[in-house]
Amino acid sequence: MNRNYLIRRLLIAVPSLLGISIVLYTVLALAPGDPFGELATNPNVPAEVRMALRAKFGLDDPIYLRYFHWLVAMIHGDWGFSFVSRVDVDTLILQRLPATLFVIGSAQLIAILVALPVGVLAGTRPYSVFDQIANTLAFVGFSLPTFFTGLLLILIFSIQLDWLPFVYRSDINAHGLQWVWEYIKQAIMPVTVLGLFQGASLVRYVRASVLDVARLDYVTTARSKGIGERRVITRHIVRTALIPVVTLVALQMPIVFSGAIVTEQIFRIPGIGSLLIASILANDTPVVMAVTFVFACLVVLFNLIADVLYGWLDPRIAFR
Amino acid sequence: MAAAGKEKARRFSPTLEAWRRFRRHKLAVVSAVILLLMVAAIAIGPLLWRVPINEIDFTAKLEGPSWNHPFGTDDLGQDVLARLIYGGRISLAVGLSAMAVACIVGMLVGALAGMSRGSVDAGLMWLTDLFLSLPQLPLLLLVIYLFRDGLKAVLGPEGGVFVMIVIVIGGLRWMPVARLVRAQILSIREKEFVEAARALGASRLRIVLNHILPNALGPVIVAGTIDVAAAIIAESTLSFLGLGFPPDIPTWGRVLFDAKDYLDIAPHWALFPGALIFLAVVSINFIGDGLRDALDPRRVL
Repeated sequence: MNRNYLIRRLLIAVPSLLGISIVLYTVLALAPGDPFGELATNPNVPAEVRMALRAKFGLDDPIYLRYFHWLVAMIHGDWGFSFVSRVDVDTLILQRLPATLFVIGSAQLIAILVALPVGVLAGTRPYSVFDQIANTLAFVGFSLPTFFTGLLLILIFSIQLDWLPFVYRSDINAHGLQWVWEYIKQAIMPVTVLGLFQGASLVRYVRASVLDVARLDYVTTARSKGIGERRVITRHIVRTALIPVVTLVALQMPIVFSGAIVTEQIFRIPGIGSLLIASILANDTPVVMAVTFVFACLVVLFNLIADVLYGWLDPRIAFR
Repeated sequence: MAAAGKEKARRFSPTLEAWRRFRRHKLAVVSAVILLLMVAAIAIGPLLWRVPINEIDFTAKLEGPSWNHPFGTDDLGQDVLARLIYGGRISLAVGLSAMAVACIVGMLVGALAGMSRGSVDAGLMWLTDLFLSLPQLPLLLLVIYLFRDGLKAVLGPEGGVFVMIVIVIGGLRWMPVARLVRAQILSIREKEFVEAARALGASRLRIVLNHILPNALGPVIVAGTIDVAAAIIAESTLSFLGLGFPPDIPTWGRVLFDAKDYLDIAPHWALFPGALIFLAVVSINFIGDGLRDALDPRRVL
């Protein structure tokens, strides 16, 4: 792992962030309607005031100038002001971000915990009964849309059995261990929904990767040296097979975010996904733009992490 | 000799061979049958099940499955089966059209990138990577939020939403196809038969259309199949979030969205559309898996 590689990766991330911001801004600029449309139709606002406001916000400038203004403001942390909540957008997002990251993080953890052993077992016994069952279940798992699994879990565990709450609350009236228990109880369903969906696709990647590695020569060498099968699998195969899986976990992030938006909406988790939906329904453009941009930044960040981890884990990668 | 003669008597064509391989994937065959049944049901269903989708009957609201209403009724007493048959048409149509958009854009970009070396290739691949790292659902929601009213005014509420959803879903899913096509072209264009065609004086366009693309089609078909499933999920997700089709167009996701608040008193209302989405998606995915086995001639079974 050398420093040049890291720096180069960081430098590649910058243009992709810029590219994403250009795409987002173009979408916004192409959209019909005007952020000041409300003012324009409001008879109490005189025309001069409207013109002054437009000039102040630079709405009559050419598009590339407006883009640069917007970009500079975003970089300075001036993300605008929510029309609906009357709060700065960045404080609003910072309030909501921990819940999202908590759910996504735990879901990834569960996905990995489920997918690793199942994928390795299936990959080391290809075409066995276990492999076929695991493969079929994985297919079923990632064909089940998160909104349907979420509703199913609510139906079974909240309505029929009444074990778990189906509304996520950030203000639990309890202290100490009781609080922790309540918090875990309300997180079980959303995390399971997301985790199983992620785990299902991960199983297939782990299996494919294990299959690829298991037929390499060094594995045969290890076996012929008389190393036990269990040791060959855990020490030789899995270690190498996990390298591409690490990358895939990070590259799956865009899909995880899509799932998180749906899950947050179903279980009413106060994260940035439900914030996005609420702002869309309330026509709160600054928040919508900022949340989309945050999602994009998170995706780029995770891609970066994937690349760096990959370079660190796999000595075969050349740092040119 | 007898065996060789028998071998010769058996006809072999790429299609036949693909079908023979496809048949080996039991789950894919079962899925194909299920999907065909679903398509048949939504195609001829309205002829057999003549209950209107918007007949409101408050005396029969939120009823469970019965002979009069096999899938039960919703909160307005509308027949869920009739609504799901109608919605299935839209959901599958969205899936197929979005897949077509994704494949066409992907093949165009991939072919352009694959055939032109240098900066065009690099630029297009940078664009592809950029699109791959866009957060799909947030962007989908953003575009729909911004363009919803404009397109509704131009194309009417139903057509506008349909066109927009198809274009947006297709426009965010072309990247895998583009990469596949480019990779295929890079390897195929160095093959001898392409060189032969070039030596005969075939133009670049002819080489791409007649010689390279047909050989690159297998992976594209597989990716396209899976895109149909992904597009169905994307449309259902949008409708489920209340941002897809309007309430009077009961796509499967929309029915689920309406039903989710009545989960405790009328679970059937949510279970049927959810099960249909799942069934459609899982069978399409299995068919894609079977096609992957069937369309790879190098694969030994």
